[in-house]
Amino acid sequence: MIAPEVLNEWYPVAMAAHIRAGQRRVTQLLGQPITVALQGGAIVVTGQGGALHVTEAFGHVWACPGTPAHPLFPIPEALETGRRLVDVGVVRVKCSPLRAVENFLDIAHFPFVHTDVLGAEPHTEVNRYEVQIREDSDEVWATKVTFYQPQAAKSAEGGIVTQYMYRVPAPTAAVLYKTCPVRPDAWDVIGIFVQPLSEDLCDVWPWMALYDDTTPQADLIAFQQMIFLQDRSILENQIPRLLPLDPGMEIPTQADLTSIAYRRWLKKRGLTYGAQMVAA
Amino acid sequence: MIRLYDYVLSASCYKIRLMAALLGVKLDQEAVDFHPGRAHKSVAFAQLNPAGTLPVLVDGDLILTESTAMLVYLAQLAGRDWLGPLDPKSAAQVQHWLAFSGRLAASLGMARLHDMLLYEGDIDAWRAQGHAALRELEAALSERRFAGGVWLVGDAPSIADIACFPNVALSQDGGVSLDAYPSVRLWTRAIRALDRFVEMPGIHRLHELRPAPEVA
Ligand SMILES: [Fe+2]
Repeated sequence: MIAPEVLNEWYPVAMAAHIRAGQRRVTQLLGQPITVALQGGAIVVTGQGGALHVTEAFGHVWACPGTPAHPLFPIPEALETGRRLVDVGVVRVKCSPLRAVENFLDIAHFPFVHTDVLGAEPHTEVNRYEVQIREDSDEVWATKVTFYQPQAAKSAEGGIVTQYMYRVPAPTAAVLYKTCPVRPDAWDVIGIFVQPLSEDLCDVWPWMALYDDTTPQADLIAFQQMIFLQDRSILENQIPRLLPLDPGMEIPTQADLTSIAYRRWLKKRGLTYGAQMVAA
Repeated sequence: MIRLYDYVLSASCYKIRLMAALLGVKLDQEAVDFHPGRAHKSVAFAQLNPAGTLPVLVDGDLILTESTAMLVYLAQLAGRDWLGPLDPKSAAQVQHWLAFSGRLAASLGMARLHDMLLYEGDIDAWRAQGHAALRELEAALSERRFAGGVWLVGDAPSIADIACFPNVALSQDGGVSLDAYPSVRLWTRAIRALDRFVEMPGIHRLHELRPAPEVA
């Protein structure tokens, strides 16, 4: 039995452009079979019990199998003119959807997993940053994150100190804001939208909203896929495949404050699909 | 300059990037939106390669669409040692492994595309064929080891090794473990330790000089 808190959230289930082009996607959400298709010009998601609540945003189709507890979170930057919106496509990962999100939030892994791209030795130090669960939006935010990166983005030439903000606006979605190499006054926005197929299997849809007028689309996609596939080899080797959640308090360490906040937030809201409750 | 139409996650494209790096040949890499755009199946791409496959290598008026042909071309241009020994037996063995690499792509490679990019097909059959191919590779490499050898053919790495390496090293991505193939694992370590080796997502260079964490 899946908790109503879990069922009443929004989950990504397809790339909107694929469905709009007439493709049908037969897939799974929270262990149940669903179909995403175009019917009379509208995108419809059908499960065993009939149609699911559907919304379309940030290049993707989102579905809620229960009664939506709230509208889908906004990404205001996605509406700014001049940004390029890039659908990176789906990658399947044998891990808990929660682990996929947690890994995305972990800045300490850059030099070891994305060596010479998003991080490099000996620059492995994570500077002090701030983490909070914002009460107005009920989202996890990490701010004032800085990190030295050899090649922060496809458009970056040479190493720079990149600033980051991380945000968890939904149980299986995370958004990061990072210094835009060609427009230092703006943030590049990168999301990962994770579709929980089951508790230990997910389809991950990276997505980007960038200021970059020069890099060919195929290069932007290739860069982000390369980054995510480096994560995938780590994610598939994590044991256990579920995200361990301690029913008590976790002891924070500086490097993974965001992860601690994410885990607390999941527990507080009862979003434990993909988690394994274990006392430390 | 030699141009490679490339996809970062493709094992066959990596084969060519790796060979070029080992030979010190610079490639002009043109990214093709294989996934999710399927640009390799577009009308424009069909003019370059009617088969709609990647990689494609273009040098002047020469267009190559088979990765094993590209390995031969690069080695002929830049490092003939990589062609393997030229005696009849060795030359035939190199050809054997070039063809065998196609079986790896059709089994382990397809299992990986299934598990990672949701390609549809008979995953159990692909994995079983992958294991069958790995057993053959294990037998051949074990024999080479007993004879004091490291590489598939001859005393030095050759295009035979590079042709077979990527899909083997990425087999875990398709749910096929190399645990039962110790000689294969040693051989992949030898390739990963080569000078000028380059990585791809899922394949790492060997950090032999990095101290173990408990020692550091
Ligand atoms: Fe990562």
